[in-house]
Amino acid sequence: MELLKDILVIDFSQFLSGPSASLRLADMGARVIKIEKPDTGDICRNLYVSDVDIEGESTIFHAINRNKESYSADLKKEEDLKKVKKLLAKADVMLHNFRPGVMDRLGLTYEQVKEINPSIVFAEISGYGETGPLRELPGQDLLLQAISGLPLLNNNADQPPTPMGVAVVDILGGTYIAQGILACLYQKIKTGEGALVQVSMLESALDFQFEVLACFLNDGHKLPQRSTVNQAHSYVAAPYGVYKTQDGYLALAMGHVIQLGELLSCSALAEYTNPKEWFDRRDEIKKDLAEHLQSNTTDYWLSLLEPADIWCSEVFNYDQLLQQEGYKVLDMELVVRTISGTEVKTTRCPIRVDGKVLKSPISAPGLGYNTEKIDKEFQ
Amino acid sequence: MTLPLNDIIVLEFCQYLSGPSAGLRLADLGARVIKIESARGDACRKLAIENLWADENDSLLFHTINRNKESFIANLKDEIEVAQIKKLIAKADVMIHNFRPGVMEKLGLGFEEAQKINPEIVFAEVSGYGSDGPWNKKPGQDLLLQAKSGLMFTSGNQDNPPVPFGLAIGDILCGAQLVQGILAALIRKEKTGKGAKLELSLLESLLDFQFELLTTYYASGKLPERSEVSNGHPLLGAPYGLHQTSDGYIAIAMVPLSDLAETIDCSALLSYSETDLFEKRDEIKTVLGERLKGGTSGYWLDKLRSKDLWAMELTDWKTLMGSNGYKELKFEQKLTNGKYATKCPIRINRQNLRSERPAPKLGADTADIIKEFGLN
Repeated sequence: MELLKDILVIDFSQFLSGPSASLRLADMGARVIKIEKPDTGDICRNLYVSDVDIEGESTIFHAINRNKESYSADLKKEEDLKKVKKLLAKADVMLHNFRPGVMDRLGLTYEQVKEINPSIVFAEISGYGETGPLRELPGQDLLLQAISGLPLLNNNADQPPTPMGVAVVDILGGTYIAQGILACLYQKIKTGEGALVQVSMLESALDFQFEVLACFLNDGHKLPQRSTVNQAHSYVAAPYGVYKTQDGYLALAMGHVIQLGELLSCSALAEYTNPKEWFDRRDEIKKDLAEHLQSNTTDYWLSLLEPADIWCSEVFNYDQLLQQEGYKVLDMELVVRTISGTEVKTTRCPIRVDGKVLKSPISAPGLGYNTEKIDKEFQ
Repeated sequence: MTLPLNDIIVLEFCQYLSGPSAGLRLADLGARVIKIESARGDACRKLAIENLWADENDSLLFHTINRNKESFIANLKDEIEVAQIKKLIAKADVMIHNFRPGVMEKLGLGFEEAQKINPEIVFAEVSGYGSDGPWNKKPGQDLLLQAKSGLMFTSGNQDNPPVPFGLAIGDILCGAQLVQGILAALIRKEKTGKGAKLELSLLESLLDFQFELLTTYYASGKLPERSEVSNGHPLLGAPYGLHQTSDGYIAIAMVPLSDLAETIDCSALLSYSETDLFEKRDEIKTVLGERLKGGTSGYWLDKLRSKDLWAMELTDWKTLMGSNGYKELKFEQKLTNGKYATKCPIRINRQNLRSERPAPKLGADTADIIKEFGLN
C-alpha cells in the first residue's frame, strides 16, 4: 500500500515552492488537486525557461506538476468559492503560497477553513513570515538567496558574490512544508486534531545555513571568508575544493594534508605538519596542490587516491553523468505521457519505499482538466 | 504545546550530516532521538569547521547537528551489546542509518533482522550512491556527490571553472527527504500497523534537486549553459541575476524588460524585445549592469519596489541580523550549555518549535536507557 493512500490535498500554490511539496506528497500516494484560475492557471504554465517547451507549456511546469489533478475555479466568484469549500470540507490538507492577506480577502484563512473542516492540516508558505516589516515583499528564490547571504558563500574570493544556480530556497521551502504537513497529518490521524503549519522561505534559507550560522553566532560574529583558491566551503580546511587537472577537474573533500602530499608526491605539502594550519593556511596549501595537480590527468590522480580511500571524485557534466553505470543503475528517469500523447522524460521521486522506486505514469494535467469529474464527485 | 511526534522513538545509527540532520528535525518535531554510537563516537564529534570546538571533546559542528538528542554507547561487534540494541529496536518506531551498504546486514541489524524483531519498524537507510551499482562502496561525501551529479555547472558564470555550492546541499537535502519518507511511513504505520523500508542516496537527492534542469536537458539534449554575465540560473533569461551597484549588489528576478527600462530610466534596454530575453541575455545584462553601477543599491531598490518589481539587496549576516525583519523571526536560541543555535524552520499553530537541550556527551544516556528499557 502507498504510504499516503487516501490522503486528499487541495493545493492553491503556484510556481515551485508549494507545488514541489505537493508533488512529493502525490508521489508518496496522496491525491493532489490543484486549484487554478480559469484561463491562466498556475503562472508557471507560461513561465518559459530557456527555449524548451512541451505543447506550448513550460517544461518545468510539467516536471513540477505531474501526478496531479487540475480544478479550475475563480475564487472571487461566490459560486466557485462555494464549490471549492465543498472540496475543503473533505480534504486532509490544504496548501497555499499566496502573499499575506490574499487568503483573508478570499475568506479562506485557517480560522475560516477550520469552521468547514476542524481537523484540516492547513499549510502555508510565505516569503518572510506572517508578521514583520518584510512580509509584503515578493518571495522569489533569487531574492531570498540575496537577503539571506547565500551568494557570499560561493565561488572564489576574487569573484563576485555568486548565487546558487538552482532554485534552492524554493525547493527547501517546499521540502520543509512537506515535513510539517506530514508531521501534523500523523498527529491528526492519531488524535483527530488538525493544525496550522507555516514555513517561510527566509527561515528555510537560514536553516539551510544552520551549520555555518552556528559558527557565526558562536565565533564573535565573524563574516565568512571565501577561499582565494578553489573555494568550496568557507568553513572547511584544505584541501577541500575542486582542482583543475591536465584533462578535467578533481574534487577533493576533507583529507589529511601530509598523507595527501605523500600519495600524490607533492613535496610542498610536507611542511604543513600542524592540522590547525590546514584551516588557517588553507589558501597556501591549496595553491601548492593546485599547481601540482595540473601536471597529470584526473584518472591518474584517482588511481593514486582511491585505493587509499581518500575522499575524491571526478567532476561530471550531464553528458558525462548519463554515460555512467552508477547513474543508470539508479533508474532515476521517468517518462510520463501527456493527454495528447507527448512523452515527457523527467526524474522520479528520490525515495525508495519497500524496495521499490515510485514511478507514477500520470502527467501534469491540462488546465481545469478534472473540474467536471471532481464537481460530480464532491457536490 | 504537544509536539506532533511526542510518542515516537528514533534510533539514529548515523554519523556526520545527512542522517543526523534528519534525526535533528524529527527531534525538533517532538520525537525522542537516541544516537547509537561506538566508544569512539560519531566521527563528527572530532570534525571541527573553522577550528571551532564546543568543549574539550566535541566540535561545535557536532553540537549544532546533534542538539536535542540522547547518546547511547554500544559496541555493535559485541554479541551482548547487539542483543541490547535489539531490545531497543523492539521498542522503537524508527531506525535510521548511514553506514555504507552491507554494514548493517553484517552486524545483524539490517532491515530483515529489524523487521523480525519489530514488524512495525520504519527502517530508513541513507547511502551515497544507492545500494547497488559500481559506486556503492564509494565514500558518500557531499562535495564528491556535487561533483558527480553535474551540479557544479549550474552556479557561477560560463567562464568560471565548475563552481560547487558552498554548503553541504546533498547531505541536507537527503536528510530532509528522508524525514519526508519517515513521516509518511509513520502515517501508514499508524493507520495499518505496517512498517516500511526507506532508501535514499545523496546522488538521488541531488538529481531530484536538479529536476527542472534535467527535464529540460532530457528534452533538448543540450547541456545547460551558465550565463556569461551575472549568472543566476542557467535556464533563465535576462535580467535574472545578481548585479553590481555603486555600493553593493542587487538581485533582480523575473521582471518584464519594458517595466525595468522605464523604472530605472534605461532606454538602451528598450531595443530588446521579450523574445530576446534568453538568447541575448548576456548582452542585455551587460547593458543593465552598466546602468546599475551608476547608483546605490538603496536608490535602485526604492525605484524597483515602488513598482513591485522583484528585486532585493544582497545582505551579509551582520546586516541581516540587525534588521527588524530578521528579529521578528526569533530564529536564534540559546542552549543550556551557553552556545547559540538556530531553530527549526517549521511553525505549528503559530508557535516556534524550540529546544534548549544541547547535544549529548558521548554515552551520556547509556545507563539511564539500559535501566528504562530493561536492557540488562
